[in-house]
Amino acid sequence: MYSEKVLDHFTHPRNVGEIADADGVGTVGNPRCGDIMRFYIKVEDGRISDITFKTFGCGAAVATSSMATELVRGKTLDEALQLTNKAVIEALEGLPPQKIHCSVLAEEALRAALVDYYTKHNLPLPKELETTASCDVCCRNEPRCDK
Amino acid sequence: MFVYADNAATTPVSDAVFNAMLPWLHDRYGNPSAIYSVGREAKAAVEDARAKVASLISARPEEIVFTAGGSESDNYALKGTAYAGRKKGRHIISTKIEHHAMLHTLKWLEKQGFEVTLLDVDSDGLVSPDDVKRAVRDNTILISVMAANNEIGTIEPIAEIGEIAAAHKIPFHTDAVQAYGHIPLNVREMNLSTLSLSAHKLRGPKGIGALYIKNGTHIDTFLHGGGQERGRRGGTENVAGIVGLGEAAYQCSLHIAEDAKRVTALRDRLIAGILPIPYSRLTGHPTRRLPGNASFCIEGIEGEAIVLTLDSLGVMASSGSACSSGSLDPSHVLMAIGLPHVVAHGSVRLSLGPQNTDAEVDYLISAVHKTAEDLRAKSPVWENNAPMWAKFE
Repeated sequence: MYSEKVLDHFTHPRNVGEIADADGVGTVGNPRCGDIMRFYIKVEDGRISDITFKTFGCGAAVATSSMATELVRGKTLDEALQLTNKAVIEALEGLPPQKIHCSVLAEEALRAALVDYYTKHNLPLPKELETTASCDVCCRNEPRCDK
Repeated sequence: MFVYADNAATTPVSDAVFNAMLPWLHDRYGNPSAIYSVGREAKAAVEDARAKVASLISARPEEIVFTAGGSESDNYALKGTAYAGRKKGRHIISTKIEHHAMLHTLKWLEKQGFEVTLLDVDSDGLVSPDDVKRAVRDNTILISVMAANNEIGTIEPIAEIGEIAAAHKIPFHTDAVQAYGHIPLNVREMNLSTLSLSAHKLRGPKGIGALYIKNGTHIDTFLHGGGQERGRRGGTENVAGIVGLGEAAYQCSLHIAEDAKRVTALRDRLIAGILPIPYSRLTGHPTRRLPGNASFCIEGIEGEAIVLTLDSLGVMASSGSACSSGSLDPSHVLMAIGLPHVVAHGSVRLSLGPQNTDAEVDYLISAVHKTAEDLRAKSPVWENNAPMWAKFE
């Protein structure tokens, strides 16, 4: 079911942990759904200087969290804003159809962390962050979850 | 260490079964329906296996029909009995915790105009014979309750339910796929009309099973064909598979009581070793459970992740969590016993067999502890040694 890359990111996830003095924290998912991701970011000079995550969920949930955090580590905020779930899936060399929603959740977790960063620091919200899926709507019901 | 702890999913073919089957996959290739010597010897092997399969449940040999496995037997029993009885009535009674081979077939029967009552179970997964009695109507034509549940191991009161079915003269089926070969079953004492069984759950090969059909039971044929199995199941017999099933049944008959005792002791030690994990619980009945079944829910972590982590530690186990089911809902069995979603998410099932050892149980205990610690350290829900669900609502 899972590619070697996904299994690797599950068994050896990158960036697991918390950042005590994070500049932004984003939490998505809910207990009933069975998927919860929390991303912590530190921003320095307009770049993501540190990023960690904690995830409650399946193999794909952990792997997509790990990959998403790897992909934006060290990137500028602008670059981080461009991260899509498709990029995460490609980097993981594919996900089974029923696990696509995990990659969407990872994208949402990052966006939530970024929104938190901009809000906490009284900065105007970039237009990319104006629409984020609410946590109440299980993202797997949204059209973009059907590949 | 490599430990196979998923015997409820399938079992390793034993040496005895493998050796018994081999000639029938090679030199002894006759079609049992052929009247010449090579055919006759294949037929004799089939009949020998039939007697062995029957003996384990106190059935008569001619009451055993070979099928391609438990799912076919379930389909045959349900569809055959429902259609045979449709002039008398349309009502079928079963339970919420049946295997999908039963539930999906029942759904299909509903589409064909039958009416299905699915009984609830209690928090241990037990069906109440009183509930069965209350559900019986004038137009009930079939009662089907599984002998033991595959996910949580609970052993159902088949004999008591059989009495009720007999009193009302309603055909009674049991899906004994998990139970056959592991716990004593007696089709006469249990008043069964039909019983499903599958070889690969008792160290036989995959792709072969049987349906017990009590003499005199009205049942429509499911698989029409060339008259094999006395007209009850068409298709050239899977001789090697049948021989394998027969040998597996025979091997069980030699050791069933001592195996049950030994495996139960291993299982109980495993359970005792795992329950100290905080916020973990055993699912299914604490004592009325299959000898090898040790199923748990461990809160704050997710079932598929548990299975993958155990896999990386060399342990093969399974889960009833939503993420591992492919259907995005937690197992219907865990929902039926009333577990909240947040608990059901952390489900893991270890199922032992006679080939597991004490050393393996020690390893399993340490692997599960390590897995729980590992995944809880990565989980945002786990804080101060407890699952903080409320923070995430």
